[in-house]
Amino acid sequence: MKISELRPELTLIADWIENGSKVLDLGCGDGAFLAALREEKQVIGYGIEIDTDNIKACVDHSVNVIQSNIDDGLNDFEDDSFDYVIMSQTIQAVHHPHQTIDDMLRVGGQGIITFPNMGNWKCRLQLALGKMPVTKHLPHSWYDTPNIHMCTVKDFDELCKTRNIGILERATLNAQHEKIIGMPLFPNLRAEIAVYKINQSLS
Amino acid sequence: MKYDKNKESIGIVTPKTCVIHEPLSLDSGETLESYQMCYETYGTLNSARTNAVLICHALSGDHHAAGYNQIDDRKPGWWDNCIGPNKPLDTNKFFVVCPNNLGGCGGSTGPLSKNPSSGKCYGPDFPIVTVRDWVESQAKLADELRIKSWAAVMGGSLGGMQAIQWSVAYPNRVRNAIVIAAASKLSTQNIAFNEISRQAILADPNFNNGHYNEKNTAPTDGLKLARMIGHMTYLSDDGLRAKFGRERTDTNTSFSFGAEFEVESYLQYQGDAFVNRFDANTYLLMTRALDYFDPAQNHGDDLRKTMASASARFLVISFSSDWRFSPARSREIVRSLLYSNKDVSYCEIESEFGHDSFLLPIPDYHQILTKYFRGICIS
Repeated sequence: MKISELRPELTLIADWIENGSKVLDLGCGDGAFLAALREEKQVIGYGIEIDTDNIKACVDHSVNVIQSNIDDGLNDFEDDSFDYVIMSQTIQAVHHPHQTIDDMLRVGGQGIITFPNMGNWKCRLQLALGKMPVTKHLPHSWYDTPNIHMCTVKDFDELCKTRNIGILERATLNAQHEKIIGMPLFPNLRAEIAVYKINQSLS
Repeated sequence: MKYDKNKESIGIVTPKTCVIHEPLSLDSGETLESYQMCYETYGTLNSARTNAVLICHALSGDHHAAGYNQIDDRKPGWWDNCIGPNKPLDTNKFFVVCPNNLGGCGGSTGPLSKNPSSGKCYGPDFPIVTVRDWVESQAKLADELRIKSWAAVMGGSLGGMQAIQWSVAYPNRVRNAIVIAAASKLSTQNIAFNEISRQAILADPNFNNGHYNEKNTAPTDGLKLARMIGHMTYLSDDGLRAKFGRERTDTNTSFSFGAEFEVESYLQYQGDAFVNRFDANTYLLMTRALDYFDPAQNHGDDLRKTMASASARFLVISFSSDWRFSPARSREIVRSLLYSNKDVSYCEIESEFGHDSFLLPIPDYHQILTKYFRGICIS
């Protein structure tokens, strides 16, 4: 599969990644993204996956994959051993997101994180009506959801501020998963998916 | 599982032998002036000689990995579920070579062979061989077969250690290393289990300092006990419970020490079957080779430095209930490879069958092997 045929947020992430760089993808799924990055951007990639069927799919794609639970930490990886550590649509399912982010920035120079934005107006509307939000991106009922740490764009900005994490880039995708161009109005209200590029702030 | 020509199998295979006349300098300082390698092959070597896969056997294995030697054999080779037409290691695509290791008792030069300097069988005088020595002898066999580089070297347990050794000793001759249920060195507990097994053999009154063949006897009780101990450590508590529970061979309690529980009867059977096919001196040698394996030793105990010289792609597989070669040991191998940006994939297969899982056709495990082998380019 080509980069352009992948989920729009992945196409966007690919634009942020330099050719020939070294990438670690946390929760890499079937490895299609890493395979596309290898083919089109000559990336040296490794994936981490917990699910055995996904491991098989990665092996099928000849993508390097390490079976591991992200919640156990990234202990197999040395400090500063990657240019980018990516975590797309996974942060909301880990046990300690702030520690995972710390670990990402220990291992990689930059981190790229995407998450479904709980601040989106559809979620807010459902909560206002007294129900936990169930949307296309958050299809689970409250009792069986793997998504245990939902946050909003505003929450994530605050986390970065309090933990001294630099935000290098931020993009938001609307309901059609198109990039909301320019400095969007009310991103926390409109974005369904938020995409961040972060680093360890030196200050 | 007798030979059935209608069932998918490589069918009838005949072991081959190859005598190497070039002296082999062993780690122990001794030299084998010449030696015989007994091996089997499955599939066809392509004209470019690029589709060869080396299978390395474990402690109690031999060269008979797949197919049947005789039409009335009760069982096929030890890895028949994995090697054959349309099996994970597909012999329609690959040419598979499986040698018996030096010091073995399956036909390669070992304690049962004639010592040219005495005219009698080596017995306990066969030098202690190491994983490195095995790999050197296998490399000579590869030369004889005019195989410049292996598409893959694969092994489980002690066989996985040989795959590791191959990848660092001959980086240009190994394109893929498949390391299953292995470790970069034995744990203290593993060495201790080996020592208990060896003591069982050494303490047998029929051992005769290893010269039992000359006296037409054999330390069968000791070897049987060694196997029973080993066998228990290759299984898991949960696996044993699922298989035998507390089932009895007889409904009456006998208040004696006969094999009254099913698990006892099973152990006795396994021990007896092993004694009939295995040599005690070989058992001692093989356990020592396991103990001594430690490729990081010459690199300041830093496995990362050892593995830096490898150029193969790696597939590392462990099994959740394997406590002799636990997943943590495989993770050490993976971590050392990641350090120098080697291509590596790792999977921990869910299984209740302990260390022996690597010999079983567990669907997830075999599917990963199948996909990995499909991805190996031989053109």
